[in-house]
Amino acid sequence: MNTIIRGNVHCYGDNIDTDLICPGRFLELKDPYEIASHALCGLDPDFPKKVKEGDIIIAGKNFGCGSSREHGVIAIKYSGIKAVIAKSFAKIYYRNAINQGLYLIYSERAEEILKDGDRIEINLLEGNIRNLTTGVKASCNKLTKGEIEIAESGGMIEEYKRKAKEMNKRLGL
Amino acid sequence: MHAIEKILAKAAGKKTVKSGEIINCKIDFAEINDLYLQTVYSFYEMGGTRVWDKEKVTFVFDHYAPAPTIKTAQIHKEMRQFINEQHLTHHFDINCGVCHQVMPEAGIIKPGIVLVATDSHTTTHGAFGAFGTGIGATDMATVLISGELWFRVPEVIKIEINGQLQKGVYAKDVILNILGKLKADAAVYKAIEFCGSYVEKLGVADRMTICNMAVEMGAKTAYMKPNDKVLDYIRSKIDDKFVIYDTDPNYKFFESHVFNVSDLSPQLAMPHSVDNVTSIENVPPFKVDQAFIGSCTGGRLEDIKEAYKILKGRSLHPDTRLVIIPASTEVYYNAMDLGYVQGLTKSGATFASPGCGPCLGTHAGLLADEEVCISATNRNFPGRMGSTKANIFLASPAGVAAAALKGKITDVREVLKEVNEDA
Repeated sequence: MNTIIRGNVHCYGDNIDTDLICPGRFLELKDPYEIASHALCGLDPDFPKKVKEGDIIIAGKNFGCGSSREHGVIAIKYSGIKAVIAKSFAKIYYRNAINQGLYLIYSERAEEILKDGDRIEINLLEGNIRNLTTGVKASCNKLTKGEIEIAESGGMIEEYKRKAKEMNKRLGL
Repeated sequence: MHAIEKILAKAAGKKTVKSGEIINCKIDFAEINDLYLQTVYSFYEMGGTRVWDKEKVTFVFDHYAPAPTIKTAQIHKEMRQFINEQHLTHHFDINCGVCHQVMPEAGIIKPGIVLVATDSHTTTHGAFGAFGTGIGATDMATVLISGELWFRVPEVIKIEINGQLQKGVYAKDVILNILGKLKADAAVYKAIEFCGSYVEKLGVADRMTICNMAVEMGAKTAYMKPNDKVLDYIRSKIDDKFVIYDTDPNYKFFESHVFNVSDLSPQLAMPHSVDNVTSIENVPPFKVDQAFIGSCTGGRLEDIKEAYKILKGRSLHPDTRLVIIPASTEVYYNAMDLGYVQGLTKSGATFASPGCGPCLGTHAGLLADEEVCISATNRNFPGRMGSTKANIFLASPAGVAAAALKGKITDVREVLKEVNEDA
């Protein structure tokens, strides 16, 4: 289990809404990687080109506000982003992220101590973040081993699928 | 307990609940719109075979009605197949309208129910004293399988609205003003109750407009205690019994805000955020390319009537187009019966068939680079209605009609004065 995550950060500010993350015209898409090829196109059209597997988004208040579209989480997750750290998250976005297995982490000071391109280390169990470029630390919320396991296995949706398979096996289906 | 907590407690089979608690609730009704075919796929992948109750699930084809692309036609096709296989009692195909309008019209919404829908504007149904909240596709798939969903019991913010609006100022202006003052993250993961002397007298359409936009403050749900106008509306649709829960007098709200709307001017949300709100007096007369009246926020009969009053016997400004999309077929029929559709078409308006239309940027009147749109809808984020380089102003339907008449952002009160002088 990976309880420590390291990656480069992309900083985006307050109220990043679902139309900026994945506008309506792409909601007809089904392939998650095709959806991700348009991630954040309303805000930063270069994002899909510059994002690297394992990168982290740093944001301010109310990340993911707006629509209930799960595409908003899928676009970010399949672009390669491992976690979003923000001051707060919109309610539906938060639930969708739990289902899809995208780490959403609360930190009041992440924006203050990190700037675009810095490298970060997140200790999920201990609940702290460290700017590896400057050495400055800040706190974030802690996750339990159980929560990390669910996220690593692909979120609640994979958990449900696994349970369904087990049930069918038991019933001899 | 708050009325919202009482609704949730009953749905969870518990005597009491308190804010912050995680509970599992039985769902009274679940609605999926046509953006979310993923719900059907996830339903099967997660082991679903039959939906938990075929009378409590419906699909509404509104975001892509009628299908603007081959991919969306395919989505409708696969959904219709699922609907037939599952023998769902209710179905609203492309000829019905926006989910938040057609469900109350069909008598599905009543006080005290727990409603989930794959649409963030499900807060609208607080207008009827229901608990309505938007959820994503995966959550919805678990609801279709089990009929249940986990919830965190929300803290409740009280927004008391008192006073009486002046002519030319509407419910949309009230909610825009509140949004501008409290901001887009004012109620993240919390519930909002709207009350006060203004709310107590309010009709169904205006109540829906206000509760609809509670989500733009991040609210999980909205609530208004049903008044006689709501009860008359519901009784005109169904004979079912329902319970109206009262908030206990000793309930402690998370926060309280008081607004007096008697001196309120028409409001505008400026590009590019819903809470970037100012009074019309502060806005330069920007030239307008497109005006739009429609959606779950501003596409009801009352909204189209306001536009008709302003535009009747007049022509749109030659440089401005006006798109009008009735929120439902029932609204469309009524607007035809009353002559609004004919009158507005004569003025130069373009009507499209009931549904969400350009509100979420999928079809029926998208915006080009650098174009300016004034809209009676709910969001003005960059790219919401087409090009990310377009500018969207949000206003009341009357404010939109006034701008369509003059070709620029206009104070509707001045236009109403002209209309009265002509009459």
